Amino acid sequence: MTASQTPPPADPTAAAAVPADLQDERLIAAQGFGGWASATWARLRSGDLGSLPVVVGLVIIWAVFYALNPAFISSRNLVNLTLQMVPIGVLAIGVVLVLLLGEIDLSIGSMYGLSGAVLVVLFVNQGMSVWVAVLAALAAGAVVGLVYGLLFNRFGVPSFVITLAGLLVLLGLQIRTLGKDGTVNLPFESSLVQFASQKFLPHWLAYTLAVVVPLVYLLARLRTNQRRSAAGLSAVPVTALAVRAVLLAVALVVITYLLQRDRGLSYMVVLFVVLVVVMDLAIRRTTWGRSVLAIGGNVEAARRAGIKVKRVYLSVFVLCSTFAALGGILGAARLASANQSSGGADTNLNAIAAAVIGGTSLFGGRGSAYSALLGILVIYSISNGLALLSVSADVRYVVTGAVLLLAVVIDSLSRRSRAAHGRA
Amino acid sequence: MTTTTPAPVLSMSGVSKRFGAVQALKDIEFHVGAGEVVALVGDNGAGKSTLVKAIAGVYTPDTGEVTFDGRRVDITTPAQAQALGIATVFQDLALCDNLDVVGNLFLGNEVLRGRALDEVSMEQESWKLLRELSAKIPSVRIPVASLSGGQRQTVAIARSLLGAPKVVMLDEPTAALGVAQTAEVLNLVERLREKGLGVILISHNMSDVMAVADRVAVLRLGRNNGDFRVADTNSQEIIAAITGATTNAVTARAARRAPQEEQS
Repeated sequence: MTASQTPPPADPTAAAAVPADLQDERLIAAQGFGGWASATWARLRSGDLGSLPVVVGLVIIWAVFYALNPAFISSRNLVNLTLQMVPIGVLAIGVVLVLLLGEIDLSIGSMYGLSGAVLVVLFVNQGMSVWVAVLAALAAGAVVGLVYGLLFNRFGVPSFVITLAGLLVLLGLQIRTLGKDGTVNLPFESSLVQFASQKFLPHWLAYTLAVVVPLVYLLARLRTNQRRSAAGLSAVPVTALAVRAVLLAVALVVITYLLQRDRGLSYMVVLFVVLVVVMDLAIRRTTWGRSVLAIGGNVEAARRAGIKVKRVYLSVFVLCSTFAALGGILGAARLASANQSSGGADTNLNAIAAAVIGGTSLFGGRGSAYSALLGILVIYSISNGLALLSVSADVRYVVTGAVLLLAVVIDSLSRRSRAAHGRA
Repeated sequence: MTTTTPAPVLSMSGVSKRFGAVQALKDIEFHVGAGEVVALVGDNGAGKSTLVKAIAGVYTPDTGEVTFDGRRVDITTPAQAQALGIATVFQDLALCDNLDVVGNLFLGNEVLRGRALDEVSMEQESWKLLRELSAKIPSVRIPVASLSGGQRQTVAIARSLLGAPKVVMLDEPTAALGVAQTAEVLNLVERLREKGLGVILISHNMSDVMAVADRVAVLRLGRNNGDFRVADTNSQEIIAAITGATTNAVTARAARRAPQEEQS
C-alpha cells in the first residue's frame, strides 16, 4: 500500500514517454510489476473483489469437507462432482445473461424438465434419430424464450411475472408430453448417454489442453500489450502476465492430474467450460455483450445510444431458455431418463443461486459468465460433500441457503465499499 | 434573413405535437445553420424538451416538415437521428454508470476489429478526443459512476462528437457545472462552431446564451415567441419574450395606446 501512496515522480522530461492513459497528474503512478501488484492490492481493498470471494469460499468449503471426509478430494468423487454440476451449470449461464439485463427467468427449471421430456419422447417413444430429438428440444427452448421476449417487449410485463406464468405452463406441458408413463428411460448405449457419462478426454489431450490454454492466454495478452504500446497506451507488465499464466497452468495441471487418476475430464464438462468461455467473450468482447451490459446499467441511455433494446431483450430471453433446454438434454442424458419431476424441486433456485454466488449482481449490469462456473462449483461442492457425510436433504437445503445469503451479503458489502472508494 | 445567415442544415416548419389534451408544440418554425450556435430558450413547460426530443427522434411530431441537409426527412428513431448526423446530449446525460468511460463514449457506435470490440483503438481514440477538449479525466478505464458531475458532462459531450455529426444539441450543458467548467463548456461550444457544426444550445442561463449564441429562438407555451440575433438584442428583450412580458394585458394596452398618443 505504501508504494501506491507515494506521489508520482515529478519529472517533466519524462512526460513524452508516459503512455497516454497515465498522463493525468492526479493518477497515482503504478508502473512495472511492483506498481501493478500494489495497484491490484489497492483495488481488492477498495471492494473491487471480482471473483475472489467465491474462489476463497470454494477453497474453504473444500478444506472443510476434506477435513471431515478425505474421500471428498478423491479423484473418483471429483469426477462425479464435475459430471453432476454440468446440467444445472448450463442453466446458470442463461441465468447470468438475464441477470445482466436486470431481468430474471424463473421458468428455467420447468424448461429443463420440458426439454428432457421432448427429447426422450421423440427419441424413445417416437423412434426419431437422436439429433432430431436434440434439435427439437433446443428449438422448444428457443420458442419459449421467443414468446417471453415478445411478451416482454410488447406488453412490458415484468419478466418475473411472465416467467412465473411460464413456470406453470411449461410444467403442465412437461407432464402432458411425458404422458401417463411419467418416466421414460433412454437406452444406455445411445450416443447421448455415452457422451454425458462415459466419454472422457484421453490423457495426452487433457494435459496438452492444460498447458496450451495458458499459453494461448499469455500470447493473446502479449499481443494486446503490443497493440497498446503501439497505440501509446500503458501495457500490463510482462512479469504480471507470466505470473498469471503460470498460476493458471499450475491450477489446470493439478486439476487434470486429480481427474485423470480416475476417469478423467468428461467431454460434457469440456462442453460446459467452452460454453462459459464463449459466453464470456461474447459479453466482454462483442457489440451485443456491450449492449447487454449497457441495458443492465441504464436502459434509457442504451436506447438513446441507438441500441436496439428490444432485439437485445429478445436475444437474451431466447438464449436463456435455449441454455435451459440444453441443460435439460444433458440432465436427461446423464441420468439416462426423464420423468415428471425432472427440473422440479430446487433446480430453478440452484441455477439462480449459482449465478448470484458466482458474483453476478441481481440488479443488472454487473457480472460475468464465469460466475456460472464458480457458483455451480460452490453449490455442488456443498451438496456433494454433505452427501458424502450422509447428511440428509434438509440440512443440505439449509446450508446451501446460508451460503447464498452469505454471497449476497458479500456482494452488498463490496458494492458499498466500491461506492465509498469511487468505484461503484 | 440577412446575408450572413448560413444555409440551414436542419430546418423544421409547422411542427406540432400533442400529448392527449396537451398541445406541447404548435406550428413550430426552427432552423440551425452550419457553423451557427442557436440558443433555444423558454420557460419550464414551453416545449423545449419536446422539440429537442422531436429532433433527436425520441418523439415523432404529429405534423410538420423536417429538412436536413436539404432533404426532407422523417426522424422516427434516435438511431435514425444519429445516422443523419444529429447528436444529442440530454440533460440527464444518459450515461451507463456500470460501463467505463470508453464504453460510454462508444456506446452504440463501437469500433470493431473483426467481430470483436477493438478496445485498444477505442481507448486511443478516447484519449485523443478528451485531450482535444482539454478534458480533465484521470482514467478512461474507471466506471462513469465514479466521475464528478463536470466530468460526466464532458464525457457526454465528447460522446456526441464521435459520429462526426452535423448538428449537436446540448440540453442544459452548464446547469450543474462550476465556474471554470462552465467556461470550458462554452469554449467547447465555440470550438464546435469553428468546426462548422450547427449547435443547438438549450439553456436557462442568459449570460451563457449571450456569451456564445449567434441567434436565440424563444418558445413560449408550445409556440414560437421570437427569433433574435444576439448582436441586435439584449437580455431584457429575450427575457420579455420568454416570460411573455410582451404579450400581457399591460403591454397590449400600451401598444394600443401608443398610436393613439402619437395621433393626439
